[in-house]
Amino acid sequence: MQYQSQAVAKPYFIAAIGLFVGQILFGLIMGLQYVVGDFLFPEIPFNVARMVHTNLLIVWVLFGFMGAAYYLIPEESETELYSPKLALLMFWVFLVAGALTILGYLLVPYAKLAEMTGNSLLPTMGREFLEQPTITKIGIVIVALAFLYNIGMTVLKGRKTVINLILILGLTGLAVFFLFSFYNPENLVKDKFYWWWVVHLWVEGVWELILGSILAFVLIKTTGVDREVIEKWLYVIIALALITGIVGTGHHYYWIGTPEYWQWWGSVFSAMEPLPFFMMTVFAFNMVNQRRRNHPNQAAVLWALGTSVMAFLGAGVWGFMHTLAPVNYYTHGTQITAAHGHMAFYGAYAMIVLTIISYSMPMMNGRKAANSGKSQIVEMWSFWLMTVSMVFITLFLTGAGVLQTYMQRYTDDPQPFMVVQERLELFYWMREVAGLVFLIGLVLYIISFFVGGEEPEQA
Amino acid sequence: MFILAELLVFAVFFSVYAFTRASHVELFNSMQQTLDTNAALINTLALITSSYFVMRAVAAIRDNRADHSYRWLLAAMFMGLVFLVVKSGEYSHHFEHGINLRTNLFYMFYLSLTFFHFMHVIMGMVILGAVAFKMKQGAYSAEEHTGVESGASYWHMVDIVWLVLFPLVYIMH
Repeated sequence: MQYQSQAVAKPYFIAAIGLFVGQILFGLIMGLQYVVGDFLFPEIPFNVARMVHTNLLIVWVLFGFMGAAYYLIPEESETELYSPKLALLMFWVFLVAGALTILGYLLVPYAKLAEMTGNSLLPTMGREFLEQPTITKIGIVIVALAFLYNIGMTVLKGRKTVINLILILGLTGLAVFFLFSFYNPENLVKDKFYWWWVVHLWVEGVWELILGSILAFVLIKTTGVDREVIEKWLYVIIALALITGIVGTGHHYYWIGTPEYWQWWGSVFSAMEPLPFFMMTVFAFNMVNQRRRNHPNQAAVLWALGTSVMAFLGAGVWGFMHTLAPVNYYTHGTQITAAHGHMAFYGAYAMIVLTIISYSMPMMNGRKAANSGKSQIVEMWSFWLMTVSMVFITLFLTGAGVLQTYMQRYTDDPQPFMVVQERLELFYWMREVAGLVFLIGLVLYIISFFVGGEEPEQA
Repeated sequence: MFILAELLVFAVFFSVYAFTRASHVELFNSMQQTLDTNAALINTLALITSSYFVMRAVAAIRDNRADHSYRWLLAAMFMGLVFLVVKSGEYSHHFEHGINLRTNLFYMFYLSLTFFHFMHVIMGMVILGAVAFKMKQGAYSAEEHTGVESGASYWHMVDIVWLVLFPLVYIMH
C-alpha cells in the first residue's frame, strides 16, 4: 500500500462482504419460497425477502464502489486522501442508515414504515428497488456528496489520470441519476419513465464507467502493461458503453405507455450494448497475455478475467436475448429477466467489487502484494464455486423462463400464471441447490482471508 | 475503433430501415415525395465541400503551415453550419405541418436517422473546433498532428454517413 489513507477502504470492503452474505441468505429464503410458498410466513413474506435481497445487493455494491474509490484514487492521484476522517464518518453513517432501513423492512409492515418515516411529506417509497424510506434516500445523497467531495478534492490536488477521471465521472453520474428517485409523479407512465433513469442509467450507463476504470486499474497493477495502452482501450469501451447504453434505455419503454418509436430506438441501440462488454473481455485477456510480469496475486487476476467474461455473458448475451421488442413482447417480466439480472449483476458488479477486494485486501492487511499460495487456492475455489453455480442458477432460470414464456404466452392455449409456476417447480428446486453451492463458495471466500502462510515471491 | 463503432450503429439503423421499408414500400414511396430533395442536395454538397476543406487542412499541417490549416478548418466548420441551417429549415417545415415521430413509420425513421446524424454533425463541429483551437495555440506540426487526423477522420465519417443516408432516405424508390 503506497498511501496510509488508502486503508479507509478496508471497513467499506468488510461491510460489503457482510451485506453480501445477508443478500445471499435472503436469496436462499426467497428461492425456497418459490417452491414452499409459506416458508417463514408470516415473519418474512416473499415481498419483504425480495426487497431485502435486492436492496442489500445495491447497498453492498455501493459500499464496494466507495471502498474501491477510496483505495485507488489516492494511488492514482499519488497523494493522500483529502480527508480520511470524513470517509470513516460517512462509512458509519451509511452503515447505520443501511442497517436501520433493512431492520425497518423486516420488523414493521412496509406501510407502517412509510408512516413512521414521514413518507407523506415527500412520497418516494413503494417503487421497486427504490423502496428505501425518504430519509434514507436523503442520507444516501448526503453520503454520496461527502464522498464525491472527498475524492474530488483528492484528485484535484494530485495527479489526474484517465482512470481517475472516468471513475469520478461514473460516481458523479451515479449520484446525479439517483436524484430521480425523488421524482415521483402521479402519472404512472412518467413515473416508470424516470424510474428507469435511476435503474437503467445506473447499471447500463454510469456503473459501466466505474466497472471499466476499476478493471483498468487492477489490470495496470497486475500486468504491468503500459498505462497508455490500457487508457486507449478504456476510452473506446466507455464511449461505446455510453453510445449504446443511453438511448438503449429505450428497451424499457416498449410497453409502459410511451410512444411506439421507442420500440425502434430501444431495439437498435440496446442490441449493440453487448459490444462494450465484449471489448472488455478482449481487453482483459489481451492485457494479461501481454503482461510484463507475473503478479504474485494470481487470485486477483483470475477475478479480473472472470469479471470480463461473466459481465459479457450476463449483461451482454443474456441481455441481448430479450432486448429486441418483438422478442420482449413475449418474454417481458418472465424468469428470463430474472436469469439476466442474476448473471449480469454477479458478473459485472459483484465480481468487479470482489476483484478490487481481492487485489487490495492483502496489502491493507500489511502484506507486500498478495496472500499466501494456500490462501489463494482457497480463494480460487471460491471463485469457481460461486461463478459456476451462478452459471447454473442462470441456466435453470432461463429454462424456467423459456417454458414460462411458452406456456403462459406463446402457445395457442395459454395457461394462467400460477398454473405455469407450479409446472416450473423442478427448475426452482435446482436453482435453490445451485444457490446453496453459491453460499458455500461465498463462505470459502471469507475463509480465504484467514488462511495464513508465506507470501509467494514475485516472479 | 470509435469511428468504426459509430459506423456500426448507423449500419444497423440503415439495415433496419431497409428491411422495414421492404414491407411498407408504398407508404415509404409516397412519403418520400413529401421530402425536400433540393435542400438535401444542397446539404450533400455542403458536406462534401467541408470534407474537401478538412482534407486541405490535413495537407496544410503536413506542410507545417498551421495558419493555412487553421483557416481550412474554419471553412469546413462553416460548411457544417450551412448544413445545420438548411436541415433546421427542413425540420421546421415538417413541424409546421404537425409531423412528428408518431406520424407514421416512415417519418419515425426519417426523423430518427436524420436527427442522429444531425447530432453527429454538431459533435463533429465541436471536434473540429477543438482541433482548430489547439492549432491556433500551435499544438500541431508536420511531425505531430495525430489530433488533426483523428478529427478529420471523424468528420469524414459524418460525411460518409450522410452520403448513404441521402440516397437511402430521400431518393431510393
